[in-house]
Amino acid sequence: MPPKLTSSMLYLDDVNVSFDGFKAINGLSLILEPGEMRAIIGPNGAGKTTMMDIITGKTKPDIGEVYFNGNIDVTKHDESAIATMGIGRKFQKPTVFENHTVEDNLLLAMSGTQTIKSMLFGSRSKNEQENIDQILATTRLTARRNDQAASLSHGQKQWLEIGMLLAQDPKLLLVDEPVAGMTDAETDETARLLREIARNHAVIVVEHDMDFVRNLDVKVTCLHEGSVLAEGSLDVVSNDQRVIDVYLGR
Amino acid sequence: MKTKPFFIPLAGLGVGTRIFMGIIIVAAVLVPLLNMTVAADHVLHIPDYMVALLGKFLCFAMLAVSLNLVWGYCGILSLGHGAFFALGGYVMGMYLMRQIGTRGVYGNPVLPDFMVFLNYSELPWFWLGFDQFWFMALMVILVPGTLAFVFGWLAFRSRVSGVYLSIITQAMTYALLLAFFRNDMGFGGNNGLTDFKDILGFNIQSRETRATLFALSALFLALFLFMTAFITASRFGKLLVATRDGEDRTRFLGYRPERVKLFVWTLSAVMAGIAGALYVPQVGIINPGEFAPANSIEIVIWTAVGGRGTIIGPVIGAFFVNGGKSLFTGWFPEFWLFVLGALFVFTTLYLPNGIVGTFSEHWHRWRAKPAETLPDAAPQAAE
Ligand SMILES: Nc1ncnc2c1ncn2[C@@H]1O[C@H](COP(=O)(O)OP(=O)(O)OP(=O)(O)O)[C@@H](O)[C@H]1O
Ligand SMILES: [Mg+2]
Repeated sequence: MPPKLTSSMLYLDDVNVSFDGFKAINGLSLILEPGEMRAIIGPNGAGKTTMMDIITGKTKPDIGEVYFNGNIDVTKHDESAIATMGIGRKFQKPTVFENHTVEDNLLLAMSGTQTIKSMLFGSRSKNEQENIDQILATTRLTARRNDQAASLSHGQKQWLEIGMLLAQDPKLLLVDEPVAGMTDAETDETARLLREIARNHAVIVVEHDMDFVRNLDVKVTCLHEGSVLAEGSLDVVSNDQRVIDVYLGR
Repeated sequence: MKTKPFFIPLAGLGVGTRIFMGIIIVAAVLVPLLNMTVAADHVLHIPDYMVALLGKFLCFAMLAVSLNLVWGYCGILSLGHGAFFALGGYVMGMYLMRQIGTRGVYGNPVLPDFMVFLNYSELPWFWLGFDQFWFMALMVILVPGTLAFVFGWLAFRSRVSGVYLSIITQAMTYALLLAFFRNDMGFGGNNGLTDFKDILGFNIQSRETRATLFALSALFLALFLFMTAFITASRFGKLLVATRDGEDRTRFLGYRPERVKLFVWTLSAVMAGIAGALYVPQVGIINPGEFAPANSIEIVIWTAVGGRGTIIGPVIGAFFVNGGKSLFTGWFPEFWLFVLGALFVFTTLYLPNGIVGTFSEHWHRWRAKPAETLPDAAPQAAE
């Protein structure tokens, strides 16, 4: 194993991406420590989702360094490899497998490293079933376990996708706008759940809901036009005049 | 414990599917029996031509089942599955040709008639080994399997999918059609391979041989249905559907959809090849016409009409459409293509899930009726 290049969980340095000349990510640098949870805020089009695309291998940076877990150069791997190495993702628009039951969605999420042979001939282990039951309880979907994912409400789909992240059990979780479409009670519950997850995972949460971000009680990074505008505690960031001008004040 | 995965799909099989597989297995025995042991004037007698016709349909049904595995469950719309069927057929044809021996018109012990006619001095290398049944059986699997593997490896790795993939599958079968039409390919040109005499030493025309071929076709069809049920009930089967519905999403869970697709694609091509190999001795000929793009499109229509993504749908579709074709071509042959086209349009517009899909939808809705109030009320109370 090559020596650790950094001690951080995630290390982005001077990353640039442009789409047809438009600079979506512009000299972005960001460091996430092991076990840290970070909230990312910023106006529409700031490049928050694009940043997740880069970390998960969906988009390749034009220039810049991206290291995961100290020494893994993310830019040299594709989506599947990166997922197997321990980066999980919840998409901005909930993307669950609509034709599968809630339970099967979780089962698929936890089998990503299996071979075709074991997926064909293996049966579900007791461990896996317990894990699924546990996640269903955590995400309050136990009563819906045998229903098609398509029949879930928007908020429940968000929860199912978070449940899929739990099933996948990655080292780093990227969570894009988890509380969109949720009631206040559900939002509080999600914040509690994410804080719980953050106890033994590194997490990046993108969200526009400021009450939710306050509830998370973690370091905040504000992105604007593809780079970091401000970083620090929520109070510091939300009192930053530039943040107020481009985002909060509007 | 060890046999557990074996029973899961059986337990998971719908009642309809189980009954249906039972019917096929019974037919494997009953049809030949009614043909051979019941007097020709008895109402229960099944005439020879009917055995041959149904045997053909069984092979078409196998072909549709193989297409359904990739199209119905994994979203790969192949417009070239006829190519794998034809290749399996040619492999069988080559074996049957080499069984003719000195009984050919030219009496050459090694060279088939068409080679003597074309002044071949010796057997081309790719005809070697085809005098052996086991070698042929192996090739029935390897030839379509290898082509599918190479084709799929190139296509899926470059993330070719959707309409583009359909078009290149169609191009593949068309290219093979042109190639096999050529005399210098060494497969009998446009006449193909025919005038077969026997298979494993049994006269290919005899009732007993035909009965055996019929029974084998039925059993293979039942096996293919079982395989479909087994695969779709497994975790891999769930991954197939996930790949169909959200290929990119599966990557973020660590899956490699190109491998998933390559596996079913190759398996499906082998199944199509076996169907072709059983078809050829029953119809007595294989020629390049089997590679015609229109043939591959017909397979899609059978599968769509019967119900893609359902286990037995493709079988129903293959029998229904080919039965209709037999009747129509007897009455008004010139109208068949219009009827087929109309059927396809009707299915696409009004029965997107085909006969079986539509039926089972209504069935489930009807069965769910009494309990409907319960699952709806629970989550609302929770919210
Ligand atoms: N694949 C792409 N091709 C072209 N432009 C893109 C692509 N992906 C993102 N963009 C552009 O890059 C910019 C950043 O988009 P991104 O989705 O990352 O913003 P965001 O911060 O997630 O915004 P939101 O809060 O609305 O989700 C936008 O202007 C978007 O239109
Ligand atoms: Mg976004």
